[in-house]
This record gives sequence, structure tokens and C-alpha cells, in this order.
Amino acid sequence: MAYLTIDHVGISFQRAGASTEVLRDVNLSIDKGEYVSIIGHSGCGKSTVLNIVAGLLEPTQGGVLLEGRAVSGPGPDRAVVFQNHSLLPWLTVRENVELAVNKVFRGKKSKAERRDWTRHNLELVHMAHAENKRPHEISGGMKQRVGIARALAMEPKILLLDEPFGALDALTRAHLQDQVMEIHGRLGNTIIMITHDVDEAVLLSDRIVMMTNGPAATIGEDLRVDLARPRRRLELVGNPTYNDARAAVLEFLYARHRAPTLAA
Amino acid sequence: MVHSARVLALPNPKPTPPVSKAALYPLAPKPVGVPARAVRIGRSIVAQLAAPVLTIAFLLILWQILASSPTSALPSPLKVIDDSWEIIVNPFKVGNGIDQGLFWHVTASLVRVGYGYALAAVVGIGFGVLLGQSTLAMRGLDPVFQVLRTIPPLAWLPLSLAAFRDGQPSAIFVIFITSVWPILINTSVGIRNIPQDYRNVAKVLRLSPIEFFIRIMVPATVPHMFTGLRIGIGLSWLAIVAAEMLIGGVGIGFFIWDAWNSSLISDIIVALVYVGVVGFLLDRSIAAVGHLLTRGTAAQ
Repeated sequence: MAYLTIDHVGISFQRAGASTEVLRDVNLSIDKGEYVSIIGHSGCGKSTVLNIVAGLLEPTQGGVLLEGRAVSGPGPDRAVVFQNHSLLPWLTVRENVELAVNKVFRGKKSKAERRDWTRHNLELVHMAHAENKRPHEISGGMKQRVGIARALAMEPKILLLDEPFGALDALTRAHLQDQVMEIHGRLGNTIIMITHDVDEAVLLSDRIVMMTNGPAATIGEDLRVDLARPRRRLELVGNPTYNDARAAVLEFLYARHRAPTLAA
Repeated sequence: MVHSARVLALPNPKPTPPVSKAALYPLAPKPVGVPARAVRIGRSIVAQLAAPVLTIAFLLILWQILASSPTSALPSPLKVIDDSWEIIVNPFKVGNGIDQGLFWHVTASLVRVGYGYALAAVVGIGFGVLLGQSTLAMRGLDPVFQVLRTIPPLAWLPLSLAAFRDGQPSAIFVIFITSVWPILINTSVGIRNIPQDYRNVAKVLRLSPIEFFIRIMVPATVPHMFTGLRIGIGLSWLAIVAAEMLIGGVGIGFFIWDAWNSSLISDIIVALVYVGVVGFLLDRSIAAVGHLLTRGTAAQ
């Protein structure tokens, strides 16, 4: 039995009497500790898959199993790192993480333990120095690191990253990708990441799941990336496995499943 | 007449991010001795005050010139001071009936505003939360409120006099009904504008409804709430003067009406200065409280 199973999931949205089928028959099994990227053109419904796993959306067909149990509704065992960080602006960096820690570990850890755990997670993303700053006082990359710390602090069974680096500049993005790889190497989290960046997907993932274009999008191809970890971006330049994986994803996205707007 | 109750949803004033002194004055000299600093502070105060003081002086002189002719219907500033010297220098006078100092008239009006406005704040925020959170309540109540809020405050007065059979509660009701709409509507808009991301965070963390209210809804809505509270206090003060003219008794509104009936035009002008200054202070104090409470929610 796989750790996480997405089983024949489909979803349709009703709007003004018309029904739009966004996803049809999505099947995916993920093992514990795997890093899986879902890639596809914008609008194909890849974020919808993530929201269904998170429990923020209810599928019309099929369901999601985590450790053999059906998922219903959102919860901290499936922590989400949102694209636009979603930190609460009236709380400091520490309070943002603390809100999650206090909620998840109330009654399980003492007050001092919870404070240490908050601190520990901020240190993990190298943000402990700014714990008393408010979100508007720190950079976009820093906010996203705090978002990651908040998610990690919930000790989720699975970590859901929704285009976590999409809003960042290239240098910050690379830096953050390295940090996420390091954390994944150290803690062995199970991760699903939504992305539209081919290099990011190949560099970070054990598997790349490619989605066809909507409506009624589904999984077109599931590619395993057999690169040893830890991976270093500089050493992968010219690596044949890396290049093959990259070429395969590019071929899927731009030759076989071009974005409808580009095909015109 | 008080018709301005229609301006309801002002855009949420974005507090400007704090700018450090060093950024503003990159070439500012190193701290110097106390006298030099005192001179600098004194100079900046003079620079701040110069423009308004000069403007007021100019307007007073203009008024003096325009109202100096012996046939002028309105008194000049010097004549106002001369005519109304008694009430200018004795604001705390305690007499019989409505023969009170201006301070006591203003206080009586403020007490009425205080009751009506406090009630409006509680009811407005309460219903605002309901309308913001519940689509059903929004559908049912919004059309009713949209019609009710366009009724000019004074139009309520006869009805409330009929219902309460007394001036005091009627005036308080008029204040309430005037200021409740902007508070209610702005609060509900604030709640509807809580970003979906914050709601998602709350869902992932499984916050209880009470935790959601305290940790997310209140802080996210406070800026909107205070926009409504600020419009509400302004409208209250506009409405109380008109309402008091009709209900009589001690209060700045009836003082003005009484002065008109006694042809004491100078007294009216003195009273208007009081009304203006008090209205300004009310507005500023609500704004200050709002500013204090929204420090953390500054532009993100």
C-alpha cells in the first residue's frame, strides 16, 4: 500500500448553471519520503490536485488516501506552503509559526517545548535572526522561508508546496531550492510540489508527474528522476540523466501537450 | 440639513510604512548640544504652524472687511467678540434651565452622541460580522439596510418621538440610526475582504470558529471597522446639532436655535466654532485609536 494514494479523482465546478470538468481520473501513488513534482501549463488544474490532497477542495469523484485512511477536510497532517506565503501580517515571524505550533501541539508539548520547537524550525530555514520582524519588514524569499518553517513545524505527514518559488527572483529561488533539498535530505519528508519550472522539477524531484491540458486534465506521464542525492546544481550541468529527464519534460510540455494559447 | 449619510465605504486608508529619520535626512548632522536641538525643533514647529496661522489670519481679516459695513447682516469678528464676550469668557457658567455655559451645552450633546454612538458601534459591528460571514444573512438583510440607510437622520426624529415620547431617547436613537450604517457596512466589507489565503491557513490549522474570530477576523477587519467608526462619529456630530434644535433642552444644537430666536447672531458664531473644534477632535480621536490598533496590520 502506498503512503499516499490519489484514487480516480475527478472534479467539476458549477458556475452559472454550466459545469466545467477540470480533472478526470487522476491516479497517483506516492511512497513515504518521496519528492514528487506536478508540472503542467498554467490553468491545467495542477493546483486543484494539490488543493484536493490538502482537503481545501472536495473531489466530485474518487478520493485521497493517506496511510490507508480517506482524507476529508483540511488538516495540519497535510501542511501547505502557499504560493504567496500567506503569513498573517499582524503577527511577527515567530508568532506566525507559533500559531501553528500551539494549535498542533497543545497538550502534547509543554510551553517551553513548543517555544523551542518554534525556534528550531525557524533555525532550520535560517530565519531565527528575524523572529521579531513582521512580514512586511522582510523580503519575499524570507517570507517564503517562514511559510516553509510554519508548515514544517506542524510535523506534517506530507508537505504540499504550491508553486512555492514562483513569485521569487531567480537567485533567491535557487537559494531556496537548495535549502528545501537540504531539509528534505535531513528530515526525509514526503513532498508534493506544484511547479511550472522544468529545471526546478528535475533538480528537486524523485518523480515528475506531467499533466495534460484541461478541460478534464489528467496525468499524461510519470517520470522517475534517477539522480543520486544530495544533488548539486553545478555538478548536474552536462549530466546525461539530468539532461534526458529535462528533455523528456520539455518534449511533453512543448511538443505533445502545448498550451492551447501557444498552439494557436 | 444632514444628507451626507450616503458616503459609506471609503477606501481603507493604508497606513504609510514608517520611514526612518536617517532615510529622510541622509545628510543630517550628528547630534549636537541641547540648545541647538531646541532651536531646530522650535524652527520646525514654526514652519508647521506658519501656514495655518497665516491662512486663518487672512480669512479673519477678509471677514472683518466684508462685515464692517453698517448695513451688514452678519457681525464682524471684532463685533462677535464684543457682543458675546460674556459667553466666551464663561464657558463653565452654571445657571438655571438652559442658561448654561457653552462647555455644559457641548457636554450634554457629547453625552447623547456617546450613548447613541456606543450602541451603534456594538450593533453595527455585530451585524457587520453577521453580514460578512453569512451569505444568507447578506441576501436577506442587505436590501433592507440599503433602503434604510438612505433615510436622512432627521426624518427618523418624528417617528422616534412618537415611539419614545421623550426628547432624550429620541435624540440618542437618531444618533444611533445615523452612525450605525457606515459601521455595519464597512465591517461587513472588511470581513468579505479577508483574503482567501488567510481562510485557508485557518482551515489547514483547523482553527475553531472562536480562534478564527480572534486570531484572523478581528485583526484583518480592524482597518475597515475603523473607517466605518470614523465616518460614523462624523455623521453623529452632524446629526446631533440638527436633532437638538428640534428637541430643545440643554445642548449645543438648541443653544444655536435659541440664539437665533433671540437674534444673538454673535452667539451662534461662537457656538459654531465650538461645534467645529469638537467635531474635529472627535474625528481625530477615533482615527488615533484606529491607528494604534492597526499598527501591526500595516501594508504587507
